[in-house]
Parts: sequence; structure tokens; C-alpha cells
Amino acid sequence: MLNSKVPPGPIQEKWTQYKANCKLINPSNRRKYKVIVVGTGLAGSSVSSSLSELGFQVEVFTFHESPRRAHSVAAQGGINAAKDYKNDGDSIWRMFYDTVKGGDFRSREANVYRMAECSLGLIDQAVAQGVPFAREYSGYLSNRSFGGVQVSRTFYARGQTGQQLLQGAYQALIRQSEVGLLTIHTRHEMLDLILEEGKAKGIVSRNLDNGQVKNHMADAVILATGGYGKIYYLSTLAMNCNATAIWRAHKKGAFFAAPSWTQFHPTSLPQMGEYQSKLTLMSESLRNDGRIWVPKKAGETRSAREIPEAERDYYLERKYPSFGNLAPRDISSRAAKEQIDAGHGIGPLRNAVYLDFSDAIQRDGKEVIAKKYGNLFGMYKKITGMDAYSEPMMISPSAHFSMGGLWVDYELMSNLEGLFVLGEANFADHGANRLGANSLLQACVDGYFIAPHTVMNYLAGEKPIQNKTSANSEKSIQDTEQRMAKLLSIQGNTTAEEFHKALGKVLYTKCGLSRKRSELLEAQKELKALQESFYKDLIVSGSSDVINFELEKAGRVEDYLELAQLIVEDALQREESCGAHFRVEHQTNEGEAKRNDQEFKYVSVWESTSEGEYKLHKELLDFEAIQISERSYK
Amino acid sequence: MKLTLNIWRQSNVQAKGKFETYLLEDLDSHMSVPEMLDHLNDKLIKNRKDPVAFDSDCREGICGQCGFVINGHVQSPEEHATTCQTHLRSFKDGDVLNLEPFRAKAFPIKKDLCVDRTAFDRIIAKGGYISVNTGQAPEANGILIGHEEAEKAFDAASCIGCGACVAVCKNASAALFTSAKISHLSMLPQGKIEAKKRAVAMVEQMDKEGFGACSFTEACEAVCPQSISISHIVTMNKEYWKSSK
Ligand SMILES: Cc1cc2nc3c(=O)[nH]c(=O)nc-3n(C[C@H](O)[C@H](O)[C@H](O)COP(=O)(O)OP(=O)(O)OC[C@H]3O[C@@H](n4cnc5c(N)ncnc54)[C@H](O)[C@@H]3O)c2cc1C
Ligand code: SF4
Ligand code: FES
Repeated sequence: MLNSKVPPGPIQEKWTQYKANCKLINPSNRRKYKVIVVGTGLAGSSVSSSLSELGFQVEVFTFHESPRRAHSVAAQGGINAAKDYKNDGDSIWRMFYDTVKGGDFRSREANVYRMAECSLGLIDQAVAQGVPFAREYSGYLSNRSFGGVQVSRTFYARGQTGQQLLQGAYQALIRQSEVGLLTIHTRHEMLDLILEEGKAKGIVSRNLDNGQVKNHMADAVILATGGYGKIYYLSTLAMNCNATAIWRAHKKGAFFAAPSWTQFHPTSLPQMGEYQSKLTLMSESLRNDGRIWVPKKAGETRSAREIPEAERDYYLERKYPSFGNLAPRDISSRAAKEQIDAGHGIGPLRNAVYLDFSDAIQRDGKEVIAKKYGNLFGMYKKITGMDAYSEPMMISPSAHFSMGGLWVDYELMSNLEGLFVLGEANFADHGANRLGANSLLQACVDGYFIAPHTVMNYLAGEKPIQNKTSANSEKSIQDTEQRMAKLLSIQGNTTAEEFHKALGKVLYTKCGLSRKRSELLEAQKELKALQESFYKDLIVSGSSDVINFELEKAGRVEDYLELAQLIVEDALQREESCGAHFRVEHQTNEGEAKRNDQEFKYVSVWESTSEGEYKLHKELLDFEAIQISERSYK
Repeated sequence: MKLTLNIWRQSNVQAKGKFETYLLEDLDSHMSVPEMLDHLNDKLIKNRKDPVAFDSDCREGICGQCGFVINGHVQSPEEHATTCQTHLRSFKDGDVLNLEPFRAKAFPIKKDLCVDRTAFDRIIAKGGYISVNTGQAPEANGILIGHEEAEKAFDAASCIGCGACVAVCKNASAALFTSAKISHLSMLPQGKIEAKKRAVAMVEQMDKEGFGACSFTEACEAVCPQSISISHIVTMNKEYWKSSK
């Protein structure tokens, strides 16, 4: 059984108590310690700047050309905080409850409470950095509501909340590179973790501009490398998002929790053709005013406007009257898939549903709607060439967010001492389903407010590392170089991209929005075969000592192929449905997810042994503060 | 759909580049420009040729990573769009497209269509921030900011750092990029205190990086994917002169 090191005491006091008792390092001694941070998204940038402000040496790595390009930049909708500025009954407690319930009671209470607690200060921090959140005419901050909750706790900056928050974090980071002991290595990809006596003491990176493979030693390593939803190939993530950092750490012994829990976002744009490389998200905030429907008649051929009101099925409003179009993501996505599978899908590939603004435009006027969603409508037009003011949008579910990730304890430290994992890369706060606007928050809170304390607490018990190299790091460098050479040497006839597409297809159809034992078993075989073929048929052009995007891709796909198999293993092992994990065998009479608390009230935490076997560890989930119940949004 | 592509090929910073021609006959008009290049690269790789290096990441116009010149249009022939937001429906069947990298002294060409835009980070490093440490912030509603001011600050803050403004400018000036940040921060009460120092330091760094001077041709505003207004350049100049006097 895993120990999550949750401090004792009432849930409201755990974090305060932790902070009051954690170990500190004298300001003048802090500069003797070095921390490596991989990733410059919200989690990585925020923890880097915060540690540097405290006086630690920080070395930051990103494969991006600039820290500002991390995929946090793409978040549109908003960030949650229990400020209760609306006087609508919000509180830390309610946010905590909504999040645990939203996660289908598969997250760790203490972590979630802390996230809600720290949400208040985060908005203050962002505003102080110059993040231009939306404001009322009176000058006060404005809020809106998001899926899965009945209060308005979402702060936003038009449709570019992630980009604005990331600007704030990036600026704080880059300021420290001027005034603090912080260096930034851009275009450097972490390819291995270095352990010394079981503790994380460094990384191996590859300089993507000249291919140089090098080790970097430190007293602690923080991974803030984002989500791996791109494993499905078609997803809302950026082209270069990958699992390599966490997967390489996993291979060095870091446990992986709930790998199969991936959220499918209900409002992304549908796939239009085989050539397509990504699915663009349309912010969930659109569901505040848009109504989702499909034609009642399967195989309908008329255009949206020709279908009379009585022949439309507003299925979310029908099935979930109290939450309606704002039902949580897993439920909305699955409901859409149900309609599409039953032949009600619309669009050229019949893989979408309508999101209709005509009622809202009639009610509020086009101007009001344009003010709220103008840039999203503009984006929709740019991508599809269609005008959402005059015809409904077409949307469909798409792989989006990894609830799963490296397992961490209350201190955000993995089972490997000295290895911390922050942001989307960890498994912590979202359980089996993430609520909208909670992950920007989690990434920020992890980095600004939590890790600075817990990392210092850890470092206080360590002696600053002196050596610049070690036998382990030399070996790591060698292994990494050999790996690159091997990928280049196969010289088959299938590109990394093609393997990635094939892999994505297997996962989408057999381990996506719904999962079935027999299909998962098929997926296992197909993935094995794909992996074998990868080592025979892969082709990577060029060499390893120059810019070589193909080689970068191949390494990431190689890791994805391994992770995919663990994902399927995880989905097979969990004989229940919860949140995003919907096992067809486990549903209620009404077709809703059926949890099995008796047998599965734990997080599945995986170790991969050197013999290539998976070993299951469990973190039992104790619900002390709230009563676990059936998750209903009816 | 059929297109002929003349693409700038250059193996590294020092190398001399040249255009090479490729004919693609099986394109779909819904493809985006990066998807078209994915398609070309797939063919090149299988023919044991070097694929075209080009940057892209989010492919939805927000990360600022993509961007090259298409038939003389910086980023895109479409108005205020990034390269990744440009679809083949913007062209006619049979068209010839010339694709070349952004050209500016401060943006060295790294390979084919990829350029080095790290100069932008170095400009921000000189003061493109508010000096607040984690934990220092007062209650967010403690300082009110009018709706219009917040919206204006947002307009300036929406710059994605793509570099199109530099590439289109005959002086290769980074005035639009730099002024957007100066203006974003100086418009907000939190950022006003450091406004003067910020403007001087950032403008000096901009010059040091080898960007040219602004001569107000307005070309930058016209291509900027975020429609950043050149009025920010006026703000920047004001801040700069105020403080250097
Ligand atoms: C389209 C979209 C919209 C979203 N909208 C919202 C929203 O409205 N509200 C909300 O709360 N959440 C939203 N999310 C989720 C949220 O944006 C992310 O969960 C969050 O930003 C993740 O931040 P991060 O810092 O963990 O990772 P990221 O921002 O993804 O950063 C990862 C960093 O790690 C680096 N990296 C990765 N691997 C390596 C390696 N091996 N070596 C070196 N560097 C590496 C990358 O270069 C990058 O700098 C959205 C997500 C998407 C995709
Ligand atoms: S000002 Fe516009 S064109 Fe220039 S970098 Fe910013 S977004 Fe790009
Ligand atoms: S790829 Fe991100 S802006 Fe084009």
C-alpha cells in the first residue's frame, strides 16, 4: 500500500499545519542547492520563478524554442477560484466538494481541498503580475460558470486565459533569469532521469539544435512536462506534446497512476479528413449559451436550419435537466458518442453534433454574443470557413486532458525521492474526471504555492550535490545516444507520424470514450504488433547531430507505444466505470457509469519492472471529510 | 487539389540556401498549410530525401511557433492569420506557392523555414514584467481596473510573439512586439511604477539585438495575427522619451 503522507488533522487545517511544520533552509544557504525543472508551462514556469525568488539555483529545460510556447498557452476558457465574488454560495468547501464529485470520488481529498484553498491567492498573484482578466464596468473582476458546477467561479481573459496566465508566469520566469540564479535551456529535451542511490539527482538532455547529449546534476528534479493526450494522435494538444519525460522517469522507477484516465473534451471541432493533424478545441464556455442537439431521425440529410424544432433532440437538456448543456465533460462527451454511434451524427463524416446559438442570439442580440465569444466564433470561421452566427457549430469529443500521470504524494513527490511532478504530468487532484478550468489552477497552484514549500522541506534533509558527473549519468548518456542511433539505423519505410496515427486509432476505437474487455484484449495484441513493426519498419531521415524533427518525433512515438500498452492494461484492470473510464460491462440501467466502491476505491498505481511486467500498487482512498455518493447530474 | 511548391532549403545557419520545387497533386482544400507540409515530408522521407524543416506546435494560432512567408505574404495571405490557420482553400487549384523563412537580421535562419526568434525573449528579460514575487500580491479586487482599460491591456497582451511584425517590416523593426508589452504593462496600475525603467531597458535591448528603427509604415499592424495596434508604438516612444530626458 502506498503512503501518500497526508498530514493528520481536520482537512481545513492540514495545509496550514504542513506549512507551519515543514523544514526551512536559511536564506544564505539556499544558493548552495540546485533544482532542475523540466517544463515551462504554468507549472514549470511558476515553480522555477518561485524557487529562484527564494534564492535557490534553478536550471530550467524546455524542448520549446521559447518558454512562452508551452501548451498552457492554448487554454481558452478560464481558471477557477472560490472567491465567491458573486455571492452565489461558493466557498472553498463547495469547490472542494464539486471537484471530488466531478472526479467521481477517485481523487485524494486532502490534495483537492488544498487546491481549492490556494485558489484564492492564485487570482491575486495573477492580477499582480498584470494578467488582464475580464472586468465589470465597475472595475471588479468578472466571473462565469463552467461545466459540472452551479456557481460562477471561473475567471477568464477573453478566450485566451491560458495564454494570459502563461505570459504572467513566463515573465516571472524570465525576470529571474535576469535577477536570480536561474538559467533557461530552450530546445533541450529531457531524455532520461539520473538516480543516485535511489534519489533523483539529475537528468540527461539532448540539445535539439545540435544533437548534443549531456547530463545535468542537481539536488532535486521537478517534472512539469504537461499532458500526454496527444498519444491519441488526434487531440486538442499541440503537435509536440509528449510523455517522454514522465515515461523515462517511470522506466527509472517512478510509479504511474491511472494512465488510462484521459478526458475527452465534448466541444472540439470534428475530424474532417485523414490528413488532419489535430482537433481544435472550442472553449467549453460556449456551453453557457449554446444548446447542443442532434436530429431525432438517424441518418438525417437536411441541413440544420431545415430541421424543425420538434425534430431536434436536445439530448443533454433531456437527460440531465438540472445541469443541461453544462453537464460535466465525461458525461457530455459520452452522450455525444452515444448519439453519433446511434446514427444521429451530423457533418460530412457524421461524427459531430450541433452547438446552436440561435436562441441566445435571439434572446441577447448578436452583439452581446459577439462580445462574449467573438474570438471563438472567429477561430471557428478561420478553421472551418463557416459562420457560427448564422448556422450552428459542429462539435465532437476529442482526447484532451490526462488525469493520469506520475503518482505523487501530498508533497507532490513521486515514490522516487527528490523527484517532484507538477501540473498535468502528475496524478493528483482531478480523480477520474477533471472539471473545466481546474487544471490551469492546479498547474499554477502546484508551482507557485505548494512545491516551493515541499521542495525546500526535502532539500533541508539533503547535502548539496558536488559532483558534476557520476557512473550512472555516464551510463545514461550512453544509453540515450545508443537509443538515438538505433532509431536512425532501422531504415524501414514507415514514418514516426504514421505509427503515431495507427497507435491513435487503436486507442480511440478500443480504449477511448468507452472500453470493453474484449476490445481491450484486441488492443493489447494490436499495440504489441505495432511496436514490433516500429522496430522493423521505422524510417527516420537525417542524422542526430543537426536539427532533426523526425528523430525527435520517433523518440516520442517509441515512448508512446510503450505507454499505450500500460494504458490498456490499466483500463482492463479496473472492472468498474468511473468518470472518464467507462467500461461497457459496468453501467446502470440508464446507461450511466457504475462505480464499484467496494472493490475499486483506490488509485491503480503501476510499476514497470525491468522484465517488462506491470506490477500493481494501490493507494486506498479514504473519504473522511465528505460522504461518497452516486454522482448524479440529473 | 494540385499545387507547386517552391520551398527555401537551407541546411544550417551558415549554409547558403536555395529554392527547390515540389509538385503535390493529391491535396485536400481543407488541409492547413502545415498539414500540406506534413504530407510533402511523408513523401520526401520515403524517397530517402531530407524533409522540410518548419516550426509549428499548437496549430491553432496561439503559441506563435509557426510562421513563414507564403508568396510574399508574411504568415498568411489571409488577413490577421497565422500560417497554421491558413488552409489550402485560400489558394486555387494549380497555384504556385513560394515558401520562404522570415528574413530579418535578428532572426537567423536555423534550417529551411525555421528561424531563431530568441531575441524576443532577451527583450522581455530586460523588463517585460512586473516585479512581484510569489506571495506578495494584495487581494485581486483591491485595485480596481475599469472594463475598458482591462480590455485595452488585453489587446496589447494578446501578442503571441510570432515575429511576423519584424519579418514584414522593411527595417526589420521589433517596435510592435516590444511596444505591445510595454503598453500592456504600463496601462495597468500594477505595472505603472516600473514603466519608465522598463521602456528604456527594453528599447535598448531591441536596438542591441539588431532590430531596425520604426518608420511607421503600418505594415506590421496589417499582418499581425492578433491585430496589435501601432498606437502602442506611440505609447512606447512617449514612455521612452519621458524617461530618457
Ligand atoms: C486546447 C486546450 C484548452 C484548455 N483549456 C483549459 C481551460 O480553459 N482551463 C483549464 O483550467 N485548463 C485548460 N486546459 C488544460 C490546461 O491548459 C493544462 O492542463 C495545463 O496548462 C498544463 O500545464 P503544465 O504546466 O502542466 O504543462 P504544459 O503547459 O503543457 O507545459 C509542458 C512543458 O514541458 C515541456 N516539456 C515536456 N516534455 C519535455 C521534455 N522531455 N524535455 C523538456 N521539456 C519538456 C514543454 O516544452 C513545456 O514547456 C486546456 C488544455 C488544452 C489542450
Ligand atoms: S505584435 Fe503581432 S506580429 Fe508581432 S510578434 Fe506580436 S503577435 Fe506577432
Ligand atoms: S502553430 Fe501555434 S501559432 Fe501556429
